[in-house]
Amino acid sequence: MAAVTETIEAVQAVNDGGYKWGFETDIEMDFAPKGLNEDIVRFISAKKKEPAWLLEWRLKAYRHWLTMEVPHWAAVKHPPIDFQDAYYYAAPKQGPKSLDEVDPELLKTYAKLGIPLKEQAILAGVEGAGDSPSEGGRMPIAVDAVFDSVSVATSYKERLAKDGIVFCAISEAVQTHPELVQQYLGSVVPQGDNYYAALNSAVFTDGSFVYIPKGVKCPMELSTYFRINAKSTGQFERTLIIADEGSKVSYLEGCTAPMRDENQLHAAVVELVALDDASIKYSTVQNWYPGDAEGKGGIYNFVTKRAACRGKRSKVSWTQVETGSAITWKYPSCLLIGDDSVGEFYSVAITNNHQQADTGTKMFHIGQRTRSTIVSKGISAGFGQNTYRGLVKISPKAAGARNFTQCDSLLIGDQCGAHTVPYIENRCMTAKVEHEATTSRIAEDQLFYCRSRGLTQEDAVGMIVNGFCREVLKELPMEFAVEAQKLLQISLEGSVG
Amino acid sequence: MLKIENLHATVDGKQILNGLNLTIPAGEIHAIMGPNGSGKSTLSYVLAGRDGYEVTEGSVTLGDIDLLAMEPEERAVAGVFLAFQAPVELPGVGNANFLRTALNAVRRAKGEAEIDAIQFLKLARARMKVLNMPDDMLKRPVNVGFSGGEKKRNEMLQMALLSPKLALLDETDSGLDIDALKLVADTVNSLRGPAFSALVITHYQRLLTHIVPDRVHVLSAGRIVKSGGPELAEELEASGYGAIQAAAA
Repeated sequence: MAAVTETIEAVQAVNDGGYKWGFETDIEMDFAPKGLNEDIVRFISAKKKEPAWLLEWRLKAYRHWLTMEVPHWAAVKHPPIDFQDAYYYAAPKQGPKSLDEVDPELLKTYAKLGIPLKEQAILAGVEGAGDSPSEGGRMPIAVDAVFDSVSVATSYKERLAKDGIVFCAISEAVQTHPELVQQYLGSVVPQGDNYYAALNSAVFTDGSFVYIPKGVKCPMELSTYFRINAKSTGQFERTLIIADEGSKVSYLEGCTAPMRDENQLHAAVVELVALDDASIKYSTVQNWYPGDAEGKGGIYNFVTKRAACRGKRSKVSWTQVETGSAITWKYPSCLLIGDDSVGEFYSVAITNNHQQADTGTKMFHIGQRTRSTIVSKGISAGFGQNTYRGLVKISPKAAGARNFTQCDSLLIGDQCGAHTVPYIENRCMTAKVEHEATTSRIAEDQLFYCRSRGLTQEDAVGMIVNGFCREVLKELPMEFAVEAQKLLQISLEGSVG
Repeated sequence: MLKIENLHATVDGKQILNGLNLTIPAGEIHAIMGPNGSGKSTLSYVLAGRDGYEVTEGSVTLGDIDLLAMEPEERAVAGVFLAFQAPVELPGVGNANFLRTALNAVRRAKGEAEIDAIQFLKLARARMKVLNMPDDMLKRPVNVGFSGGEKKRNEMLQMALLSPKLALLDETDSGLDIDALKLVADTVNSLRGPAFSALVITHYQRLLTHIVPDRVHVLSAGRIVKSGGPELAEELEASGYGAIQAAAA
């Protein structure tokens, strides 16, 4: 570790000395120094041995990013981010030296989730904790317990390959399936889509690639957990999933254990493409470190997720449980292009303490008889601020399109806030749009009723909140649903009473 | 044995209970009757430990435990059960899940093993049959969309499964037809035994023809003003509370 630090300092010293040519030729190095410029983008691309088109693609994104401004329309507050004060490739670990330096509240949560000490250290980002070779980095524990070895993951991979399914790191796919990557990368979220998507396009280093061939129903839930070489979740993840005609896949992302990360800014991009009669179900449990009770620390999670339902009768369903991060800025969306295509968005977002969430979805109805369903459940506790922001846009050609939106907010305590900002733009006479919204509090009589049956105050809150979120939780795959319920309860501990 | 001594309680600063004394020996069922506003529901909430019901004086013990020192959930697992006058709806919370969680909380407190979903269903279904409840009431959210009678039967199902030491029935008979009333009475009667006591709070004598109490007490202005055997209920039905209140005043 010391040697690494030394080297970094050396490189920094060189940079500060005005060495303008950077280090682009020196790809023997394992990391890039702090800051972002074209050389860093070139370095990343070279490290990944990327083809020329991809480097150009990244540079185009970077140049576009330079012309853009940080978006300010979301209902979130944070100090300005210094993009030059971050590492964009293989940042050296600067985690706590031991568990003693980790937020004790975080450790308590780990204990409640039954996570062994060794894994607690890995999740908390303690220096050197994940370094033993057999461990393979921050393998999320949730699935670790179930699929305990690399060999299991390998056999899954073999099983998938039998069906012609490609499931690998995106950098691997660039090498093995360049034609697919080139055809689809950026086809749903273009490089210049928004500030953070542009940044991601320039510097992404990690992420998943999935291709499901024609007519294949993926025989298992795909999850980043199975991905070999899936070490730490990247700061700028890039995921691309393509479901070819008549295929079907369910993809899981995330982990219920709260993960600490030294990179405060996370800006992922996820692109989904569904062709004729294809169906993609994308489930997320997001539980990044939310910061401490005073709102110190915590991840900024600025994510762009979008699906293109290009084919007729294609379907994309987003389900998300967002309990972590200091700030969540995320709007998984669907472009309903194919006739009779279907988009769904089921969301639970919890903000406790000083967390802020501005999340929702966008449904663009372009094809005829396209349908969308939006069910959003926002829970605010402590000083948390929770905003649902959604757009339903129906084009003149989308004859017979339908949307149903339901936004429910639950308030716990009197210092938190819930906000609903639904936009509806309908340019089609035959379309039908419905919107329902409610805001409620956990009633004292509900709590007392539960407690008079022997449930503790916290169990009672957990049960009432889980009930409130039931419509969304039932959309989650089984293995996630149980953990998610537990997670909701833990996220709200101490919020009442 | 439940022992209430000199109990004073206020709600929103208003004095509701005014030196109430009551002893229910183990194995006995007592009834409390009284006009509106006499403090009947307040008594049941004070015993169950609801927030906002402040005890200013007096003591309540169940066996050798001091109930007033405990949180509502601690009282529940110690064996106190309040059947609500207006059972509360819990949207999205499955009735089976709620019941099993409650049952396991009580079992844990007793040092018994928790029961799994399958064992629970077996147990619950057997009880529901007796209570004439359709199976699907386990799947529905707790009390949501239940009719008045269904809600009360659901309370009785909970009571039967949790088998408390002390049951408090707060006007469980209100709004019930005669068949439902009998089911409530049957449930209480089925729990009768040396380790079970109950306090039945009611306006009317009707319920007491089905649950014959060992003692009947009349509550007025926050105190017990008269006690007697089951015949006192009939007397009240005939002459009303006026005479007793006048005599006590």
